[in-house]
Amino acid sequence: MIVHIAVILMFQLLGETLARGLDLPVPGPVLGMAGLLALFLVVPGAAKAITPTAQGILAHLSLLFVPAGVGVTAHLGLLSQAGPALVLALLISTVLALAVGALAFVALARLTGVEEDAQ
Amino acid sequence: MTPLPDIWAYLSQEPLLWLTATLVAYLLGDAASRAARHNPLVNPVLVAMLLLTGVLYATATPYRTYFDGAQFVHFMLGPATVALAVPLYNNLHLIRRSLIPMFGALLAGSLTAVVSALVVARMLGVEGALLLSLAPKSATAPVAIGISEQIGGLPTLTAVLVILTGIIGAVVVTPLMTLLRIRDWRARGFAVGVAAHGIGTARAFQVNDTAGAFAGIGMGLNALLTALVAPWVVWVLL
Repeated sequence: MIVHIAVILMFQLLGETLARGLDLPVPGPVLGMAGLLALFLVVPGAAKAITPTAQGILAHLSLLFVPAGVGVTAHLGLLSQAGPALVLALLISTVLALAVGALAFVALARLTGVEEDAQ
Repeated sequence: MTPLPDIWAYLSQEPLLWLTATLVAYLLGDAASRAARHNPLVNPVLVAMLLLTGVLYATATPYRTYFDGAQFVHFMLGPATVALAVPLYNNLHLIRRSLIPMFGALLAGSLTAVVSALVVARMLGVEGALLLSLAPKSATAPVAIGISEQIGGLPTLTAVLVILTGIIGAVVVTPLMTLLRIRDWRARGFAVGVAAHGIGTARAFQVNDTAGAFAGIGMGLNALLTALVAPWVVWVLL
């Protein structure tokens, strides 16, 4: 358990160091994720060992956004007069991006014959 | 016995109180979400956030003091992102088969997010730094903040817009996909990861494991693509 947490933290550390050192536009943890995936590809046993710990963290991913979420209400003043317009833009844009992304995925999956097995 | 105000004076300055409050608020949010059978409107983040905001307001606690305690939870976002490698690896066979749909959906979803936000907000009369702050809102927070700085937006406002986007995405994704009759978990997950980053990904994991894995990839890839595309779209459009 502690070993698995240590491995995860080490990959995050490695990612942060690379991202900052090379001025990459990707956040450190995303690089860390890529690094850990590379480890799994080389050592498949590692994935099996870390799975329970990782699933423990990911099962409550929502929890981790609560502190930042509370920050939104603390900073609502920033939205100022443009608030309603900004929120409306977010709503329309998010719905459009979701629809376009998912429809593009389904259309290309059909076109390239990699449709999901019926479930 | 120590008088209550003194105990409060001590507790309100220590991380223990707000760390505990964050966990309890989340548990209440999660319980509410379960009780509502994962109805998307009863989002655990949203419920916990409103509860805590109420408590902070009632006790006149500044956000800074709250965050001193809550930062331990906030810190776990980094390790959780790294841990996404696990569902990614476990779904690798599915991902290998879906590379073309993934890249198409990434390009389409990412560009739609940036362009439509800017166009709609400008039509509604939003201008200047406020408008620029909107461009990277679908990317994960640390990346979006960096992009916002780079293109002349307000980083703090961007952080707020990013979280709101995540919550909107998490709330609308299920009814929207049902309306569009999209049943492919890969498509549903990937699209919500691209459009609504980590909060969308958290929602995807709540619904389906494959959707969660694809959402994680969508979030990671869109962080990269938004960093490349947002400055360029701003330059072309504005």
